[in-house]
Amino acid sequence: MQAAAPNVADKATLRELRAAIEDFHCDYAAELDRGDIEKWPNFFTDDALYRVIARDNHEAGMPLCLMLCQGMGMFKDRAYAIKHTEMYAPRYVQHHVSLVRVTGFDGTHATAEANYTILETLVDEPTKLLQAGRYMDKFRLQPDGSLLLAERHCIFDSVIVSNCVVFPV
Amino acid sequence: MTVQAIPQNAAPNHELPDLIWPEKSGDIPDWIYTDPRVYELEQKRIFQGATWNYVGLEVEIPKRGDFIRSYVGSVPVIVVRDLREQVRVFENRCAHRGAEFCKSYRGNSRSFVCPYHHWTYDLTGKLAGVPFRNGVDGKGGYPEDFNLSDHNLRSLNVTVLGGAIFASFSQDMPSLEDYLGPELYGEFTTIFSGRKLKMLGIHRNVLQGNWKLYQENLKDPYHATLLHTYLTTFGLFVAGNKTGIVADKDGRHSALLNAKPEGRPDNDASKAEIRSFKAAMQLADPSILEFNKEFDSPWTSSAITIWPNLILIRQLNILSLRMIVPQGPNEFMLVWTAFGYEDDSPELEQHRLRQNNIFGPGGFLGIDDNEALRFVQDGIKRSLPRHGVASLGKDVEPMDTVITDRAIRSMYKHYREVMGL
Repeated sequence: MQAAAPNVADKATLRELRAAIEDFHCDYAAELDRGDIEKWPNFFTDDALYRVIARDNHEAGMPLCLMLCQGMGMFKDRAYAIKHTEMYAPRYVQHHVSLVRVTGFDGTHATAEANYTILETLVDEPTKLLQAGRYMDKFRLQPDGSLLLAERHCIFDSVIVSNCVVFPV
Repeated sequence: MTVQAIPQNAAPNHELPDLIWPEKSGDIPDWIYTDPRVYELEQKRIFQGATWNYVGLEVEIPKRGDFIRSYVGSVPVIVVRDLREQVRVFENRCAHRGAEFCKSYRGNSRSFVCPYHHWTYDLTGKLAGVPFRNGVDGKGGYPEDFNLSDHNLRSLNVTVLGGAIFASFSQDMPSLEDYLGPELYGEFTTIFSGRKLKMLGIHRNVLQGNWKLYQENLKDPYHATLLHTYLTTFGLFVAGNKTGIVADKDGRHSALLNAKPEGRPDNDASKAEIRSFKAAMQLADPSILEFNKEFDSPWTSSAITIWPNLILIRQLNILSLRMIVPQGPNEFMLVWTAFGYEDDSPELEQHRLRQNNIFGPGGFLGIDDNEALRFVQDGIKRSLPRHGVASLGKDVEPMDTVITDRAIRSMYKHYREVMGL
């Protein structure tokens, strides 16, 4: 991911951006945790890139992703598959996002990082940690002032996946 | 004390005489998936027996001193390219006090030093040195009859075919070609032709099921035509396609072969029983299912099971391996390796990566199977014992019969012979 040029001179803008990005994380997590998967693509630009990749692959320079979307069509097909074609046991998921850092802003794009954890709960089972990882994001400022993700790289430390990851990270 | 003689013709499973295999053809007893004694015996007779076990790809260790962690059955091993470029496989267990000394997925080293007491092994697994062998100031140290060569790492038999590395605890093994048999060798070398590979990456997951369920899954075209909407709806594997099942003469390896029709499959009478067939389903980005024909083969997909620990999948332009690592009767790890070829165009590599959304622990189909297997293990281990049923089809039937369990039955025929069950 190409980092947007950092603008360290204007700390007020960075603080404002961080607040906006934290709001974005809240909405994103709330939508996914509610289970309305077909709304998930709306958080991305039409040309967005989305990768869920094991930290081991990422650091070894191997590009294989657990989930990969390039462009809106692939987001919609992923959402459709989860809602209509995949077979899996019912579950609750809960996203927790923390340590949001804005790493750059060039007027139209902001780059940011955050840690995330996802808890998963299946019927008759205690809640478990599904993923611990780091978001590396690139947000695109929209004309109305809102943010959309142009890139989201979810780099997970929990390399050994417990069975499967059904919902997006 | 008398030692009871074992009759020569007795099944060699006298260790587990209380386990009686059901008589009815196609019945599979629950205890093969849950009994810890069966699991232990499998480790001994199958994974540590006369089998070739996949452990990795040569492209993962291209240079001298490159190594990866891997497994043979439940046993952790290291796969390394030594200074003479020969591929070696040895146990990841220090001969001194048993430490599993290599804790990295991969790396490069001139030697292996156990961090506990610094016993040092060269890249062929030979013990090269131990600290304070003669003690300090003439006091302490190892006894005079201590020989370094008595304490090498346990080394496995190794063979390489087309870039794929296999290992065996048995030193007396047929060639991999003979082990696979002509049909499977042909399917295997379609992919591993010697053309240089390129690693795309690895998925790892733990499944809450018995390891044999995974072998069964890839020998089970019945489920493929029912469980997986992506296979049925887009014709990747669906009843009515041109299909075939081949197995080796021992029945332990098999390949499910399928030729995807041009476009989508007809919504004919054969689809009426397939609840997962969604005639109206459209992809917003159909490019993910494009097929660039790259092999001289009539089949667009080939799901190859190589006994006991490997699945080799070619589905459209996805090339991937799944290594089975048993972790007790109720759990196994799967290591999915996705690859392409070194001379792939950037576009083809991208296409393979996009298509890999289908498989893996987050894949459109991968999720279906991982969940289904878990359902099976939950059912088997928690309810009253009864036999599973794998009686579809006949043991001898035309190759293109797809609604059949014959590959599962032939695997268990072999399994019973080896296990003496």
